Amino acid sequence: MGKTLAEKILSLKSHGEAKAGDVVIADVDLAFVQDTTGPLTIRQFKESGFEALAKPQQTIIFLDHAAPSPAQQLSNDHILLRCFAGETGCRIYEVGEGICHQLIAEQFANPGDVILGSDSHTVTAGALGAFATGMGSSDVAVALALGKTWFRVPESFLIELKGVFPRGVYAKDLILYLIGQIGADGANYKALEFGGEALAQMTMPQRLTIANMAVEAGAKVGLFPGDEITQDFLIGHGRGDNYKPLYPDAEANYEQVIPVNLDQLEPMLSLPHAVNNVRPVTQVKGVKIQQAFIGTCTNGRLEDLAVAAEILKGKKRHPGTRLLIAPASRQVLIRAIKKGYIQSLIEAGAIILPPGCAACLGLHQGVLGDGEVCLSTANRNFKGRMGNPEAMVYLASPATAAASVIRGEITDPREVT
Amino acid sequence: MTDLMLKGKAIKLGDNISTDDIIPGRFAHLRSNLPELARHVLEDTAPEFASRVRALSAAGEGKAMLVAGKNLGLGSSREHAPVVIKMSGVGAILAKSAARIFFRNAINQGLPVLLCDTDKIGDGDELEINLTGGMIANLTSGITLNCSKMPPIMSAILEEGGLIPYIQKHKGFVIIS
Repeated sequence: MGKTLAEKILSLKSHGEAKAGDVVIADVDLAFVQDTTGPLTIRQFKESGFEALAKPQQTIIFLDHAAPSPAQQLSNDHILLRCFAGETGCRIYEVGEGICHQLIAEQFANPGDVILGSDSHTVTAGALGAFATGMGSSDVAVALALGKTWFRVPESFLIELKGVFPRGVYAKDLILYLIGQIGADGANYKALEFGGEALAQMTMPQRLTIANMAVEAGAKVGLFPGDEITQDFLIGHGRGDNYKPLYPDAEANYEQVIPVNLDQLEPMLSLPHAVNNVRPVTQVKGVKIQQAFIGTCTNGRLEDLAVAAEILKGKKRHPGTRLLIAPASRQVLIRAIKKGYIQSLIEAGAIILPPGCAACLGLHQGVLGDGEVCLSTANRNFKGRMGNPEAMVYLASPATAAASVIRGEITDPREVT
Repeated sequence: MTDLMLKGKAIKLGDNISTDDIIPGRFAHLRSNLPELARHVLEDTAPEFASRVRALSAAGEGKAMLVAGKNLGLGSSREHAPVVIKMSGVGAILAKSAARIFFRNAINQGLPVLLCDTDKIGDGDELEINLTGGMIANLTSGITLNCSKMPPIMSAILEEGGLIPYIQKHKGFVIIS
């Protein structure tokens, strides 16, 4: 029998034959926490009686969710995390360095790695062919100490992509469309594996956007093969030596095959309050918005800011809106400054937030008021997500967000470009 | 050790209760103060939940059982979600399905999650749960429900009362075939 990507990686990392449905103990190559789940992880680690990390250099703390901290309690959590880094010798990325998932992609993830993070969007690194998944604080605490965790080997869905994105349609529209098709739990416990001829033109930033949201269909991982595009990305980020080709076997067994023709996609939106509540933008346009938020581990990359800057250059946000921009990392911000994107965005009326999670999860930097509507490029629009259960969050691509903030209402980006 | 026989009353919730519903991100500053955080459990979605759980405990009618529909606990990996449910006094969670990370987190906290046809349970129904057999007796309706089995490693973690006591005992993971 041939193997899926998930079976290949877990076979390698469990030093045996891993088939879908098996329970295996696998090596963890990289484990990380962020500042809202890290304090509990550390307390669990200490409560267990652990003192040392299995792999200090492959253990990372990211201060990105409350960055900079808006409350004394969160500032104290940051102190706890910094002390733990000092005690154990693990790596720490300070406030302002960027979002954990972006930094993992820029600096750490490799094809075939097993990556564990105490954050559900850890799946993002699947774009690089890493079996990367989110777990809770207890599981990550144990993985920090043992360098291992247990997995049930997931069955895989093959998402077979062909065609090219039409004008105004982006990776975000594809993954929203797919989540609408699969449902919020349609891939629960499963691996989403992406394949097909369209991958040859699919850039790493696009793959990261897609893998990032695999969890919104319930999936354990969202996996891309390790191919030439992966290799180019790794070379471009100074770790070309870490590249190894990684493809599923031709005769691999998939629980489902879902074909998607990119030629036929159009700009999509998730409506409040569920990510799988997906409609084409054409059916929703005209809804008034008070805030647009471009950033997050889904869409805060250089390419996303480029799309937004191109649409907004020489234009202004609608006077009834706020436009928030949060680059996903310091590197993204520096490059966006050099390219002139930040100037275009500021001239259009944008507020530039520090690299980090910013307004995404409702704890600071853009909390919504009662009845307000935000068009966000993030990955979740659950009730209360942006800090107010009386507010509404729509999810869309950076192009749709940029087009909408000009008119002050949900707008098809194809109408303004 | 987790109690293998539980008795209590159902508090019913709907489908797709997210971890943001269970404990919203705006309370992130309380995550190092779990008793305070637990006061906000399900505050936006089911504001009466916490007081109903307390009332059941106070009346000596056994533990409250959180009975949900499908895809319970979707979203964030915050283990605080099952932690605050457990701290609020809930004895077990019953659902048609549960999101992957939430399910694992609850078991790691020693909070039983049983997957079964929760349409057969009404709000306020009296339930008797046998964790070993994976059976739920609905004493109100007289119906017995079978629950889907979890991997043996998860049953072992639950029996020890959670992942931390499990690891303290075994010093690692033990695969039971």
